[in-house]
Amino acid sequence: MSAPPFVEVKNLSRVFDVSKPWLNRVIEREEQKFLHAVTDVSFSIGKRETVALVGESGSGKSTVAKMVVGLLPPTEGSVTIDGVDMWSLADAEKRQALRRRIQMIFQDPYASLNPRWRVGSIIADPIRAFGLATDRAEIEHQVGELLRLVGLDPADAAKYPHEFSGGQRQRICIARALSSKPEFLVADEPTSALDVSVQAQILNLMRELQDRLGLTYLFISHNLAVVRHMAARIGVMYLGRVVEISPTQELFSAPRHPYARMLLDAVPDLAMTGRPRKMVEGEIPNPISPPPGCAFNPRCPAVLDRCRREVPELATTTSAAHAVACHAVAEGRI
Amino acid sequence: MTETPALSVRNLRVEFPTRRGTLAAVDDVSFDIAPGEVLGIVGESGAGKSLTGTAIIGLLEPPGRVAGGEIRLNGQRIDNLSREAMRPIRGKRIGMVFQDPLTSLNPLYRVGEQIIETIRTHLPMTEREARARAIELLIEVGIQGAERRIDSYPHEFSGGMRQRVVLALALCAEPELIIADEPTTALDVSIQAQIIQLLKRLCRERGTAVMLITHDMGVIAETANRVAVMYAGRIAEIGPVREVIQSAHHPYTRGLMGAIPSIEGTGDRLTQIPGSMPRLTAIPKGCAFNPRCPHAFDRCRVERPDLMPVDHSLAACWLVAPVSAEPPR
Ligand SMILES: Nc1ncnc2c1ncn2[C@@H]1O[C@H](COP(=O)(O)OP(=O)(O)O)[C@@H](O)[C@H]1O
Ligand SMILES: Nc1ncnc2c1ncn2[C@@H]1O[C@H](COP(=O)(O)OP(=O)(O)O)[C@@H](O)[C@H]1O
Ligand code: SF4
Ligand code: SF4
Ligand SMILES: [Mg+2]
Ligand SMILES: [Mg+2]
Repeated sequence: MSAPPFVEVKNLSRVFDVSKPWLNRVIEREEQKFLHAVTDVSFSIGKRETVALVGESGSGKSTVAKMVVGLLPPTEGSVTIDGVDMWSLADAEKRQALRRRIQMIFQDPYASLNPRWRVGSIIADPIRAFGLATDRAEIEHQVGELLRLVGLDPADAAKYPHEFSGGQRQRICIARALSSKPEFLVADEPTSALDVSVQAQILNLMRELQDRLGLTYLFISHNLAVVRHMAARIGVMYLGRVVEISPTQELFSAPRHPYARMLLDAVPDLAMTGRPRKMVEGEIPNPISPPPGCAFNPRCPAVLDRCRREVPELATTTSAAHAVACHAVAEGRI
Repeated sequence: MTETPALSVRNLRVEFPTRRGTLAAVDDVSFDIAPGEVLGIVGESGAGKSLTGTAIIGLLEPPGRVAGGEIRLNGQRIDNLSREAMRPIRGKRIGMVFQDPLTSLNPLYRVGEQIIETIRTHLPMTEREARARAIELLIEVGIQGAERRIDSYPHEFSGGMRQRVVLALALCAEPELIIADEPTTALDVSIQAQIIQLLKRLCRERGTAVMLITHDMGVIAETANRVAVMYAGRIAEIGPVREVIQSAHHPYTRGLMGAIPSIEGTGDRLTQIPGSMPRLTAIPKGCAFNPRCPHAFDRCRVERPDLMPVDHSLAACWLVAPVSAEPPR
């Protein structure tokens, strides 16, 4: 038996109750409404590996991220990190120790830094919270080193967040995330609010840090080119489910799921090769009342009756590492 | 002589007076857009793209003001018109599309009412003719069941559908020019592609000129005939889209292109431009890009380059200066 993967996400689901308040429901005779934000998502991440989730807005990426780092309890399923179940009560003590080893980076570097704290205190916060150092001089030293690590100046510790540009603020967020010496970073759209030249700086920095510190990443983005650049494996999400998961190279050279293909075709053709492309038709359905069967069926060019009745299971294709949830693929029709 | 440009901008300057002096947010910007042509204006945030568009439609908010230059719409000067004289030009001769469709749509009125009102304000049509025209337009922009949907309110449409309605509204008075400021930025990629294709097709069919403002080179590559790259309030480079994207002359444009991860690329380290765009209060002397430029030399730090012809483009960089233009030393 090989060792279990560093991060293992199994059959993860999250349902939100989006009903109106009870009294309104009774008066307006409405049923309770549930939104299936994430359904039956499974994947694993090896140590020092980057796995990415990609999908359009509302596909459930952030909800997965929050469950993986322990910010949001799953409705069903499990997240196991280095053998410890994030959400089982039995592992409560171990989980506390695990917290330090997992950190998250968010999309908005403006909203995620307290404007009234100096950068030094922001970065030192996890060091203090996890009791990693208590000596003031030692903490200051560590903060200085972290600032240097992310390409800022140790003297920046004395400044406030508003004195920095968006890209510099994201560097501060990364320094803060690294201050508890984590092994696993979950980055939810870390560059989506940044200009491309600054995005390149942050993506390069994240890759350098991964090499230097041996980090494991779950990288989330709506941008296919960005995930291609960052990840070894990619899961494509649609309406809460992973519809295709594959090594990066294979996903881009031979995408199988009709949605993944369309998503690739929709990426603007910067090389101006004039490659033939098919337009994605229609819009993402309302997640509260998704179509029955395969949720992609109203937009799918390969749809058959079965697709409107049966949810396709994620099943491996010719390559064991490449799984697709599509009846047409399973039947060998496409 | 070539035909009169649909839009001609010459030496446009937009200023903000502040306590600490006057800031030039748009500085000496010139370009033409021919009828039926799509000119992309691209650049990172703060480059002055939106202010250029806002100045053209006469909607700069005081204390911001046009401090110099000329703007002509099919030959007619419009930068010196009064607010009153400008109002009928917006909507009739210049259509507008913004990032947030709700900027253009009134949430309290049905979309049909808004399109019909715009049509009737600008074109001699009866209510009934205008309604028929509005339905035609909604069908053209891809609203399914337009006869019914015309009586829906904006909030009853999804984001992508709303942007289609805004396109219909922008086109309904048959304008000569459309100014679209980040029209697809808030949309998902699959919807973005649909809206870009639509904008392109509709304007080509009608011969409408388009000024397409975006931070996204991909959108430019898909849509524009020519592109102007802005940096710190000025045009760094302007030329045919293929030339600018594939063999840019300005180091900033080259850096920008290298910074974009691609779905064809090698997955190697991205080209990285150090630093970020300067604030208006601290625009470097000489070439504004010089602190970030890998090729900067002495002259760049003291003397500002103007746009100079190179191949089919213009680039504001001393590297492309013809040798004879160098001052004798
Ligand atoms: N707290 C919540 N309450 C209700 N619905 C939610 C909540 N959080 C997310 N959702 C819904 O769950 C779906 C997935 O959201 P999210 O995970 O944020 O997607 P993504 O990050 O891919 O854009 C969306 O339809 C969203 O509206
Ligand atoms: N009302 C204002 N007062 C002062 N500066 C402004 C104002 N509006 C915009 N600016 C500045 O003008 C510059 C250009 O802005 P804008 O045209 O919106 O950039 P872009 O659309 O390229 O992102 C920015 O540096 C911005 O901060
Ligand atoms: S299961 Fe059917 S509807 Fe869904 S993607 Fe496959 S072919 Fe299309
Ligand atoms: S003028 Fe000088 S600093 Fe400016 S872009 Fe050209 S080489 Fe670089
Ligand atoms: Mg999200
Ligand atoms: Mg703008």
